Amino acid sequence: MSGALIPEPTAPLTPSGNLRRRQIVSRAAEVAATGAAVLALAALVLVLWTVVSRGAPAISLDFLFKGYPEGVGPMLLGTVVIALVATAIAMPVGVLVALYITEYSGAKGAGALKLILDLLNGLPSIILGLFAFVFIVKAQEKQTGFAGSVALAIIELPLIARGSQEVLQLVPKNLREAADALGVARWRTVLTVILPSALGGIVTSTVLAVARAAGETAPLILATSAFDPKKFSVNPFEALPNVPTWIYKVSEEGNPNGYAEAWGMSLVLVAIILVTSLGARALLARSKRKLSSS
Amino acid sequence: MSAAASAATRMSGHGARVSLLRRRADRLGDRAMFGICLLAALLAGGTIFLVGYQIVHGAMPAIDKFGLGFVTDTTWQPNFGKFGAGVLLFGTAITSAFALLLGGPIAIAIGLFLTLLAPKGLAAVIGPLVELLAAIPSVILGFWGLVVLAPFVQEHVEPFLHDSLGFIPIFGAPQTTGLSVFTASLILTIMVIPIIASISRDLFRSVPPELQDGAAALGATRWEVVRGIVLPTTSSGVIAACILGLGRALGEAIAVSQVIGAGSEISANLFGPGSTLAAQIALQFPGALTELHQAALFYCGVILLVIGLLANLLAGWIGRRFGYGGAVSR
Repeated sequence: MSGALIPEPTAPLTPSGNLRRRQIVSRAAEVAATGAAVLALAALVLVLWTVVSRGAPAISLDFLFKGYPEGVGPMLLGTVVIALVATAIAMPVGVLVALYITEYSGAKGAGALKLILDLLNGLPSIILGLFAFVFIVKAQEKQTGFAGSVALAIIELPLIARGSQEVLQLVPKNLREAADALGVARWRTVLTVILPSALGGIVTSTVLAVARAAGETAPLILATSAFDPKKFSVNPFEALPNVPTWIYKVSEEGNPNGYAEAWGMSLVLVAIILVTSLGARALLARSKRKLSSS
Repeated sequence: MSAAASAATRMSGHGARVSLLRRRADRLGDRAMFGICLLAALLAGGTIFLVGYQIVHGAMPAIDKFGLGFVTDTTWQPNFGKFGAGVLLFGTAITSAFALLLGGPIAIAIGLFLTLLAPKGLAAVIGPLVELLAAIPSVILGFWGLVVLAPFVQEHVEPFLHDSLGFIPIFGAPQTTGLSVFTASLILTIMVIPIIASISRDLFRSVPPELQDGAAALGATRWEVVRGIVLPTTSSGVIAACILGLGRALGEAIAVSQVIGAGSEISANLFGPGSTLAAQIALQFPGALTELHQAALFYCGVILLVIGLLANLLAGWIGRRFGYGGAVSR
């Protein structure tokens, strides 16, 4: 028995050999994972900082409310109109699809419908642009804001339907059973019990879908890109000015003179989208918590 | 007495009539409710077929003229009426593969960071921030790529990579603008990260803590817990998430078309211009004058549609087959 094999009893416990290597590997992995998160945040901060720092100087009341070239009011108004029409189409259909999944279809039907919704959700937006072009623009032989709205509605539909379905499924069973026990017909239960208790979640899902659709560019390039930037219009049956295609045109022309306005519009668009989606996310989490706890 | 009795029968008759009416109304209401919901469901299902039909219909002239050879043909000369999607398919494959190879590991690492490393409060802040990255409209990300990222890449990143790794053909001579396949791939990387990160975070959260604690109690380090428990139990879901991210990268038209530089040749050099199926549609459709040119772009759309649907079906199938449920819709 040599003394070297027996560790010095008073020495501090430190890893050695294999354990030391394993701990170094683990430490390196932790640093790498943290670094990845920092990298993603850095990308977000860089993009937002550029948009804010370059967009802020352009922002003024004239910029927001006057026609081109003093301001970009028509584009902002057009974007709002296109998004509103799209939501007016997508929301009723989406909620009804969600109701069909939770109330009427069996497990098999629900699976098939969810698959269809996921496939719709996975469609590249440029495809929907082609669709709107051949289905509406080409048929009517003119670009319309409505064609853009239809494409955006198809983008919103799966988001609204899946979001509403998740919330509807959280409505407590005992509410439904209580209504059944009182002999209330199914449709009355749906309209007076289930929908009202899920309303908050449905509305916030819709807001999230609108935030996603409002920045979509690809469909609008084909549906409503040749417009008059001076004219305020709320008529969806003509080519409506809108923010995304304007930013796209500026970047395609590569003429730095238009950059200031494009950054200003980017700031307005990003601000609206980020604020609404952050707010809606928080509200959605709250209403889901409330539903599942009651 | 008899008056009271007749009043009672009248009352009950009245009540029966009311309840009969009500039952009829309810039956009608139930049917109407069911009918409307069914109609909406059929509309949603019909939409996807209508979209597919219209895209194929629009592509018909090109399909008739070029057939399946279109997919591999590499000439794209609108002035001569010659179209082939080979170059575009190549560009699509390169940019998406690059985005997935770079973005996938980063996103998975973020998922691990959010579930295992970050304190709860910090994760609750960083998680939504990473998802915000997905909320930035692609046109703005592309505009940023054009104005900020491309010059930076051209001045600093590309020369550095070319000088140090130039013996590998993909790091060829940089172009003058910074608008390149490389820049487009970086933008796509930024776009796929939030998708894969948020799905893998949800997956990692679902790993039973007893398994992880057990491994840790046996003396496994944090990395060994991840390597031995967390990743193996969620691998199918993570693969499905990566395929979804891939689908997103394949179909992105706007941001890519802003920074890829509209090239028309197949080149191994990442620092040269290129194009993708989706970007080509966005770039050329507004200026496509001949019917054949439009149809060729629709044909690109058909290819894109097929690849996109296959990717989504594959992700869903892997999910169902290997026990990974939702998280697909975001």
